[in-house]
Amino acid sequence: MNAIEVRGLVKDYGSFKAVKSIAFDVREGEVFGLIGPNGAGKTTTLRIIASILRITSGSVKVFGKDLSKEPHEVRKMLSYLPEDAGAYKNLTGSEYLKFIANFFATGKKVDEIVSRGIEIASLEERIDDKVDTYSKGMARRLLVARALMVKPKLAILDELTSGLDVINAQEIRRVVKGSTKDGTTVLLSSHNMLEVELMCDRIALIDDGRIVELGTPAELKRKHGASNIEEVFTKVVMA
Amino acid sequence: MSNLTNIIKKELKELLTKSTIVPVILMAFLFAGLGSMMGGVEEEASAPPVIGVVDLDDGVLSDLAAHIFDTTSEVVYNGTDPDDGLDAVREHDGVALIIIPSNFTSDILNGSKGIFEIVWIMKGAGILDGISSATVDSLVRAVGLQISAYLISLGGDQDPAAVLSPIGRLETTIFKDREMEGISPSTLSMMSIQSFTVPFVIMMIIIITGGMVISSMGMEKENKTLETLMTLPVSRGTIVSAKLIASALVGLVMVGIYMIGFNYYMGSMQASAEVDLSEYGLTLGAVDFVLIGVSIFVSLLAALAMCMVLGTYARNYKSAQTLTMPVTLLAAIPMFITMFKDFGTLPLPLQAMVFAIPFSHPMMAMRELMFDNYALVLSGIAYVAVFTGVMMTITVWIFSTDRLLTGSTKKGPLDKLLRRRTLYK
Repeated sequence: MNAIEVRGLVKDYGSFKAVKSIAFDVREGEVFGLIGPNGAGKTTTLRIIASILRITSGSVKVFGKDLSKEPHEVRKMLSYLPEDAGAYKNLTGSEYLKFIANFFATGKKVDEIVSRGIEIASLEERIDDKVDTYSKGMARRLLVARALMVKPKLAILDELTSGLDVINAQEIRRVVKGSTKDGTTVLLSSHNMLEVELMCDRIALIDDGRIVELGTPAELKRKHGASNIEEVFTKVVMA
Repeated sequence: MSNLTNIIKKELKELLTKSTIVPVILMAFLFAGLGSMMGGVEEEASAPPVIGVVDLDDGVLSDLAAHIFDTTSEVVYNGTDPDDGLDAVREHDGVALIIIPSNFTSDILNGSKGIFEIVWIMKGAGILDGISSATVDSLVRAVGLQISAYLISLGGDQDPAAVLSPIGRLETTIFKDREMEGISPSTLSMMSIQSFTVPFVIMMIIIITGGMVISSMGMEKENKTLETLMTLPVSRGTIVSAKLIASALVGLVMVGIYMIGFNYYMGSMQASAEVDLSEYGLTLGAVDFVLIGVSIFVSLLAALAMCMVLGTYARNYKSAQTLTMPVTLLAAIPMFITMFKDFGTLPLPLQAMVFAIPFSHPMMAMRELMFDNYALVLSGIAYVAVFTGVMMTITVWIFSTDRLLTGSTKKGPLDKLLRRRTLYK
């Protein structure tokens, strides 16, 4: 079964067409990258799959569940990390993780989820400080931990390592890649082409609301005679 | 363009937005409305009061008094039957019936006080409702001065105290079909003080708790926590209800603190009052307090539900602060109106407006319950409950559209319905 099936997806904001009938599948257990220039429709597509924007037309299925008909069922399976997400500033890091864990489990399982979150966040004793006192990187680590600690069937990660330094970014990528071994499918969007090339099993390149390329990094590089994905991106978008 | 002009233009564009201009325009309309109401009161104050005079004395001093009343007031009854006099005053929407007893002149000439029996017809307990009775009050004092002057002109050996204060009063006030002997409208001013305090406190509670809800929505957007919240496996209704309940609980704590303070306030007022209002049945029982509490609570929920709708328009914490203006206005309008006038003495359009504003009802509840006007209080509670339900439904609907993230509700059920209707047209 595909983790995600997108068919003829259209999203209009009034007269502006943000997404123009796109279609793609994300296979279970893979890391799928959605890349494209600013305003291409990446975040809109991610937000639709994350169930927070309505579909103008077309369909999205997540593990067989129709998003339009069963959004609540879909939400049980996914974790969404927006690009500029934040956490509640008056909570401590561990309180925030517990707040989220309570939506997915009860009793001792909540503690298990929170422990996993604390481990992923790696904030040491600062986990018990208020989020308000965190640096941008610390907050991002907490949010990544929040997204992955529940072992979601689908993790939608928009600009995964935004605000993280190289060391932290490497560590987070390792954690995300590792999560696929636990059965998590990852749909990510990034402007960091190195990150995309390192992490993604397949990539879709979206431009002006349309998918213009789709394939594995190796396939795309071969097709465009490029040495890396950044070159592929430039050639396709500038064409 | 100079740097100064350039920055001024940018500042003006940021400051002069719909959300800053509309509330100011509304506030101007509010003041204009209040101004015309005050103008009406000024007319009422300068117009001669409508009274009835029952002269049972027919002596020189009662004639003097009747003459003063006749020249300074609109006397709608001048006869000898108190019942007919009262009917006439009521019929002409008058203020008082002044009965001059048969021994009025002789008592004064003998060095005693001449007693006016005044039957006040009180129309409302608002601050401005007492204007007419205050005018009559001053007329009675003017009669006293004229009688003093007359007594002085007589010369002779008179008691100065009796000459300077020749008139006494025996007052009865009829208010909302309740006859209260020995009490004047001014004695009932305690209620006017309450009518000033209660709406003000309720307005403050609504503004503060409403502001909390709008700010909460603004903070969710500013802190970028809303998107995450919306993807959690929890229904939109639960999110809306949780936000409302949490704010209502904080509001309840505030109401509790207010009620404790108000209890002391009432106690001190009753202790210092010249007349025990409980003798006239003007007290609140346990059921009344429960009804006031319910009225405050449902109005609080209505305010919070309304603020949730407004909060969905908040882009950040700063814009959330501006969005509290409509709520402040809606709380201020009934506060001003009910402070100055009784609901019953308002013109019909104003009555409709005051009733339609959900925050009016707890402001009026105490005064109305004192006079057993349960119909208005209960219908108010029912109306506000329905209003709250409608607002909550709208909020849940907005939460299920794109508005929270994009500011647009396009493709929502209402939009689809409207679009279909347009197509059919």
